[in-house]
Amino acid sequence: MTTALLDLQNASLTLGEGIARVDALIDVNLTVTSGELVAVTGRSGSGKSSLLNVAGGLTALSSGTATVEGEALAGLRPRDLAARRRRSIGYVFQDLNLLPTLTAAENVAFPLELDGVKVAEARAAADVALARLEIADLAGRFPDEMSGGQRQRVAIARGVVGDRRLLLADEPTGALDEVTAENVMKLIRSLCDEGAAALVVTHDPSLAAWADRVVRLRDGRIDSITEAGT
Amino acid sequence: MSVRDALLALLDRRPAYGYELKADFEAATGDGWPLNIGQVYSTLQRCERDDLATAQDEADDQGRRLWTISAEGREAVASWLETPAASVEASRDAFSLKVLMAIEARPDQVDDLIRDQRNATMSELQALTREKTTVADGDLARQLHLDRSVLLVEAQVRWLDMVEARIDTHGKANS
Repeated sequence: MTTALLDLQNASLTLGEGIARVDALIDVNLTVTSGELVAVTGRSGSGKSSLLNVAGGLTALSSGTATVEGEALAGLRPRDLAARRRRSIGYVFQDLNLLPTLTAAENVAFPLELDGVKVAEARAAADVALARLEIADLAGRFPDEMSGGQRQRVAIARGVVGDRRLLLADEPTGALDEVTAENVMKLIRSLCDEGAAALVVTHDPSLAAWADRVVRLRDGRIDSITEAGT
Repeated sequence: MSVRDALLALLDRRPAYGYELKADFEAATGDGWPLNIGQVYSTLQRCERDDLATAQDEADDQGRRLWTISAEGREAVASWLETPAASVEASRDAFSLKVLMAIEARPDQVDDLIRDQRNATMSELQALTREKTTVADGDLARQLHLDRSVLLVEAQVRWLDMVEARIDTHGKANS
């Protein structure tokens, strides 16, 4: 049975006030279930990053609902919201955000440790995540000892460490060459095939094409959705 | 002339029968450029007429004739490979013609037409991408053929995005 890992209903987000007021998202309905890879495309300012921010609970909606693994984010206290984010959601960004003074394994274990998991358990989970992405041999390396593609794999391992099943990625292949970028998308695709779900913002149509659905935003609204096989 | 030159390039490696050249051509192009056997033989006959290749006088017991490249043929292959090819003719194709005519003939519907076209093109891109996952690791020719197809279709999606953006800008400038 498929599980809705992310559900946005009539999601609207207004930023700024007065003359600076912007409707960043308008009435967006989007459900992402276990096993699905959904790409989000659109021009600059179309609402892609806002969509990721509300999906990840980083920004509260102005109206509508955002639900992660069945739990509505709006009703949560800040502490519980932070815990929900850490437990359910992994983030992968273009600029990686790996901590330079930590090894790959320490970087991957870090979000679990923040969540109060004992160090030994967090490291064990990190080893599992690194092995899952076939980079167990990088465990002891520091970020500056790895290539861009290797660092991005570590960032993805950090995104799915533990039981986190919803991966939110913002231009995860931005700094990579074509073949390495394709390998990163293949990796995200295979994680989804194993039961995770991913919402990936990309400006690159050939990378978006790895998705089951390509959602195109325009001026804050869903302009079109292209489903694979239609 | 490119099929002729490609067949000569294959003959440049070693003498071959017509059916072998057809199979080798299709393998080298990742099965993305199917050839009619009749086209292969008519091309080879033109090569023979132009002294670029010769066929064995006598057919073997299965009625096959082995083809061999000539010195002139080798020169033609070298010249062909060493001369950079022109890129795809970008100014005339059915895809762009339809979009450009939609802007002229249906300006009030152009948004919808571009959206529908982008959906169809993105769907094509998704199908090609799925096909990529079925290519065997060692099948370089097929991989390269699909990479090229993906990039050509991707260019169309990007162009549609630009068309939409340009129309928006143009509309705002004229309003």
